[in-house]
Amino acid sequence: MLKSLDINIIQYISILGSIVFIGLIIMLIRNKRIKEEFAILWLFFGGVFLFLSVWRGSLEVIARILGIAYAPAAIFLILIIAIISILIHLSLITSRLTDQAKVMIQELGLLKMEMDTMKKKSKPDPPEDSHTEG
Amino acid sequence: MKILAIVPSFNEAESITHVIEAIKGENPLIDILVVNDCSKDETGALADSTGQASVVNLIGNLGIGGAVQTGFKYAVRKGYDIAFQFDGDGQHLASEIKILLDPILHNEADVVIGSRFCEKQNGFRSTPLRRRGIKVFEILNSLLIKQRITDNTSGFRAYCKKAIHFLAENYPDDYPEPEAVLLLGKNGFRLKEVPVCMQERKRGDSSITGIKSGYYMIKVLLAVLVNAMRPRIAKD
Repeated sequence: MLKSLDINIIQYISILGSIVFIGLIIMLIRNKRIKEEFAILWLFFGGVFLFLSVWRGSLEVIARILGIAYAPAAIFLILIIAIISILIHLSLITSRLTDQAKVMIQELGLLKMEMDTMKKKSKPDPPEDSHTEG
Repeated sequence: MKILAIVPSFNEAESITHVIEAIKGENPLIDILVVNDCSKDETGALADSTGQASVVNLIGNLGIGGAVQTGFKYAVRKGYDIAFQFDGDGQHLASEIKILLDPILHNEADVVIGSRFCEKQNGFRSTPLRRRGIKVFEILNSLLIKQRITDNTSGFRAYCKKAIHFLAENYPDDYPEPEAVLLLGKNGFRLKEVPVCMQERKRGDSSITGIKSGYYMIKVLLAVLVNAMRPRIAKD
């Protein structure tokens, strides 16, 4: 009796945890703190964990298919896969940002130089403030 | 024939004026572009005050790759026929610019690399440990592009117009020299090495020391190997 209650409690906690997690991510997207593009993986794995906590039997099935003797260990496998995919995704984003920043720094430098050259060329003109009517 | 000297410089206030004067003294027809890679000292202002060089002041530190690429982009926009890299720390000799440019002027090569090792000479040839690292690149790159390049880390290089256009789009980041050799060789550019001397830097530190040397080797080896796996970039 007590044992089955324990299992129920952990199931409730994990369902609640998954819902809170998904809710948190959606709220962050809503408040424009995370772009949808970057939240998709988080939401996907949040969904996976919600699924696993609602249908507890699915974990056993997955463990059997993968040949994992101790079913709860499958959770760690899924968790690690989730974390690694998200980290790789982040590396992709960082690399892209680095590239974009490089191009921007180069273009800005060239533009500033162009502007300074133009300013120097137009220097002989009288200063703007000295214009007077009549 | 418009020729541009690209002078990447990071905290080279001690030597930049001298470098500019040396290049102009050697050949006054060469235009100079100093790429000031967000130096913390007066490098940019000093270069500008000579009145003999254009100066790009980058607003963030890009490292040598991004800085030199800025020079290629400038060369493309201003329609230069030849561009060569000449480091701002004074390790390259202005008197050897002619040797470097000759093969391109005579259409014998698209890219010329000033090498410390392709002939016996007595200039500064780096420390024994670094020479070993340079040897690794020699073996690797020579295998990959089937041409012996002895000084893959040399930054004293000249490029024809076609190569400038190519590198403005495709120059590697961080420690670009060995990777650029592979990239150029693989994409059908004619490479040539000419023997040059280099001077040991008088002031300032090399950008690659201690633990960084290990990182440098690993990063560049990875970059070269992965680059070898990439398809050729189509040329126009």
